[in-house]
Amino acid sequence: MFRRSEQDKRPQVEIFVDGVAVAARQGDTVSAALLASGRDARRSTAVSGAPRLPYCMMGVCFDCLVTIDGVGNRQGCLVPVAEGMQIEIQKGKREIGK
Amino acid sequence: MSRDYDVAVVGGGLLGSAIAWGLGRLGKSVAVLDEGDITKRASRANFALIWVQSKGLGMPAYTVWTVRASEAWGRLASELKQQTGLDVSLQQNGGFHLALGEDEFGQRADFVKRMHNQVGAADYKMEMLPASEVKKALPLIGPEVSGGSYCPLDGHVNSLRTFRAFHTGFKAFGIDYFPERPVSAISKSGGEFRLTTPKGELRAAKVVLAAGNANQTLAPMVGLHAPMGPTRGQIVVTERTMPFLPHPLTTLRQTDEGTVMIGDSMEDELDDRALKLSISGVMADRAQRMFPHLARLNLVRSWAGIRVMPQDGFPIYDQSETHPGAFVACCHSGVTLASNHAFEVARMVAQGALEPELVGAFSASRFGGAGAANNSGY
Amino acid sequence: MTVAPKREAYDVVVIGAGPAGLAAAATSAEAGLSTLLLDENIGPGGQVFRAIASTPVTERNQLGADYWVGADLVRTLRASNAEIIQRATVWSLDRNLEIAVSIGGASAFARAQRVILATGALERPFPIPGWTLPGVMTAGAAQTMLKSSALVPDGRTVIAGQGPLLWLLAAQILRLGGRIDRILDTTERGNYFAALPHAFAFLTSPYFVKGLSMMREVRAKVRVVSGVTELAAAGDGQLASVSYVAGGKRETIPADLLLLHQGVVPNVNLAMAAGVEHRWDDLQLCWSPVLDASGNSSVAGIAIAGDGAGIGGATAAVVRGRIAARAAVEALAPAAAAKLAPMAQLRAELAKTERGRMFLDTLFRPAPQFRIPAGDTIVCRCEEVTAKDILDAVAIGATGPNQLKAYRRTGMGPCQGRLCGLTVTELMAQARGKTPQEIGYYRLRAPVKPITLAELAAVPKSEADVKAVVRG
Repeated sequence: MFRRSEQDKRPQVEIFVDGVAVAARQGDTVSAALLASGRDARRSTAVSGAPRLPYCMMGVCFDCLVTIDGVGNRQGCLVPVAEGMQIEIQKGKREIGK
Repeated sequence: MSRDYDVAVVGGGLLGSAIAWGLGRLGKSVAVLDEGDITKRASRANFALIWVQSKGLGMPAYTVWTVRASEAWGRLASELKQQTGLDVSLQQNGGFHLALGEDEFGQRADFVKRMHNQVGAADYKMEMLPASEVKKALPLIGPEVSGGSYCPLDGHVNSLRTFRAFHTGFKAFGIDYFPERPVSAISKSGGEFRLTTPKGELRAAKVVLAAGNANQTLAPMVGLHAPMGPTRGQIVVTERTMPFLPHPLTTLRQTDEGTVMIGDSMEDELDDRALKLSISGVMADRAQRMFPHLARLNLVRSWAGIRVMPQDGFPIYDQSETHPGAFVACCHSGVTLASNHAFEVARMVAQGALEPELVGAFSASRFGGAGAANNSGY
Repeated sequence: MTVAPKREAYDVVVIGAGPAGLAAAATSAEAGLSTLLLDENIGPGGQVFRAIASTPVTERNQLGADYWVGADLVRTLRASNAEIIQRATVWSLDRNLEIAVSIGGASAFARAQRVILATGALERPFPIPGWTLPGVMTAGAAQTMLKSSALVPDGRTVIAGQGPLLWLLAAQILRLGGRIDRILDTTERGNYFAALPHAFAFLTSPYFVKGLSMMREVRAKVRVVSGVTELAAAGDGQLASVSYVAGGKRETIPADLLLLHQGVVPNVNLAMAAGVEHRWDDLQLCWSPVLDASGNSSVAGIAIAGDGAGIGGATAAVVRGRIAARAAVEALAPAAAAKLAPMAQLRAELAKTERGRMFLDTLFRPAPQFRIPAGDTIVCRCEEVTAKDILDAVAIGATGPNQLKAYRRTGMGPCQGRLCGLTVTELMAQARGKTPQEIGYYRLRAPVKPITLAELAAVPKSEADVKAVVRG
């Protein structure tokens, strides 16, 4: 859906998406890294289970919700990637304690 | 709005809606007069418990009335489902009141004992349970929970969906719902009541005042008395979560949608647009001490609502002596008592007389001149 | 990086580090006021100057000269004494100017003598059939990724809607080598005539020449379909096609990415939750705060600058930021105001930047069918409520957005009405034959963004607060 422009010379950052290593770039948000990865990053909603991807990328729509380092329902578009970050695509409602 | 109605119900909240729906169910022609979008509405601010424990200390009749409502809720839920297709998610498998620390446990135990010793009260089957017993039902409680009281009659419901179901049911029963028509005056002439609204006059053979705290102002127009003592309560609610809480608590419950509602506070402040963050903070703090897993859950919204509260905390049901056919109904527990309002109160209004054995204790004559102290248990 | 504010109290707290906030904070700090700037994003810039301090797009002409203006603003601010905290989400502001802010998963609390809200704008909801499908995003979303991560659309890409940002985005995508298959212009033909009386002001505004050359640049490379009157996205769990009607003819094209845009509207949540009075703007079709000439709102001590004060664009936002800050300085440290640009000069600058706005607002006033959906089209994305659901609720008695919540849960999800509020107001107004002003808006309260229970539990509490909760 998206690809990186060649002029992007930022250092690589390795994150893990559902346990699989994915190359992101320093300064990417989690959502941008997911969309750039080419992986199926669709979450499913807590209401009907409908598939969604980020819509606004500016922190207002909450369609980028994702589990980051074990914490559910985080806005992926507001969180920068960090080396070794563990991302889980969220399916349905968040689990308590997660 | 020139046609005549059998009954005009003033107030379209849960209480007025339940009575109106119940009257429609009996084939009466009913008009419901309601206010608009921005008004103080306990119907959309409430905590949605169908709650038995802790109610009625100081008025045994209230315990009997509450148990009756709790028992009739199943029938109400199934009739609403049948009529509207809406499942109000009734759950009545018992509820808890949790204590943090030994002092709170002791206070609660005293309270339960006083409830139990009350002569003429219904048997709530309420019992105090130590933390180890509570944990069997609620495995996620934290170490500060010292135990709590449990009542098998307690439950909860989706109160917003109940509200919607009543209003959906209005259509099927041919009940006319008129929003944005606050009633400013009521008079009786030629054997019928005339209700003045900004959009014209409405006439009905009977009138039921079900306007919450506003009943205090409306009641004297028809020779009734409804001394109210409203308070403000705050609630916070979390994002939707996988089910984790099998029973509702007095101050915490998981809705059928998955959100966790956390209540509640009580203040004399009556501005429902404002919130006191520090009070919500106390509620949040207690909630995470009861269930440490909640600490990382996100809160999505919070709100304040104004409780409908008769001055002594107990319901008021009366028919006017000077204006027969005018009834007043107000209570704090519009959710819990919805079944009684839909079945019993509606029936009594339809027949034109309140039955003393059912609701005689709730006459406002008990107030005499001045309001009594609040013993409601809230 | 996750540092709480250094003080408990500030002269001025500015919320939002877009054009207005950057300018306001710099002005306030320059006059010697203790100034705190809180911003939710990773870096300063807001939306228009997104990633201004970190963008990997090194070829400056690709983003355009207007973008790099933001670098000067950031430089000026950083040279000042203002305290700046990024990734700081303000979740509560009240009438006492007490602020609760979430930083790194914990909340901090601060007081201000003056608050300048510079929370900017968000893209107007574009509720067409299929707009919740994966693969449908806002144009602003694509632009955010382009600026902050040099990402460009790769698959079959359709851009639909109208307004200056849409053309700017298209030009930027093309310059960075991205793909656009088609642009569907939804500008109503009648708007061209309606906008004509305002054309002179526009012709003499700086937007005119820039806008024209950008449209020419894009049209040279992409097929543009104008006069689009219907639009729908379709696909099974993922966008597969976009269908549209133009000139009475329906066409369906395969697509992997659909970028929607029909202008921006003020981001009102924090201001409304603070109790600031808003009114419906019939031209811009949104809620705007009621403000005086210095940006002061109906709540004493709270001013609003930038697009949150009514859409005016980035250049106007900078001036409004300076005006609001100057007003704060005049009130708190009158002697220091002398070093700042005089108010009369700022007002004159503002008037200049507002030239052409009427023309743009009129020309790009979105068509009713793209604002007020019907049938199964989702209105509330969070709670998945359709237009039909809302009309059903109106039929059984819902009079406004707040009663609608009780019937249908619209606006009760995490976005708190940001993506459905305007649609709900307009849809109900149409259904009930009322004006949007009469219908009203959701009653908003803190937290305006979700926070954890632990954060709320950390709010300082008194004995009386405990007593209000723990009662026998």
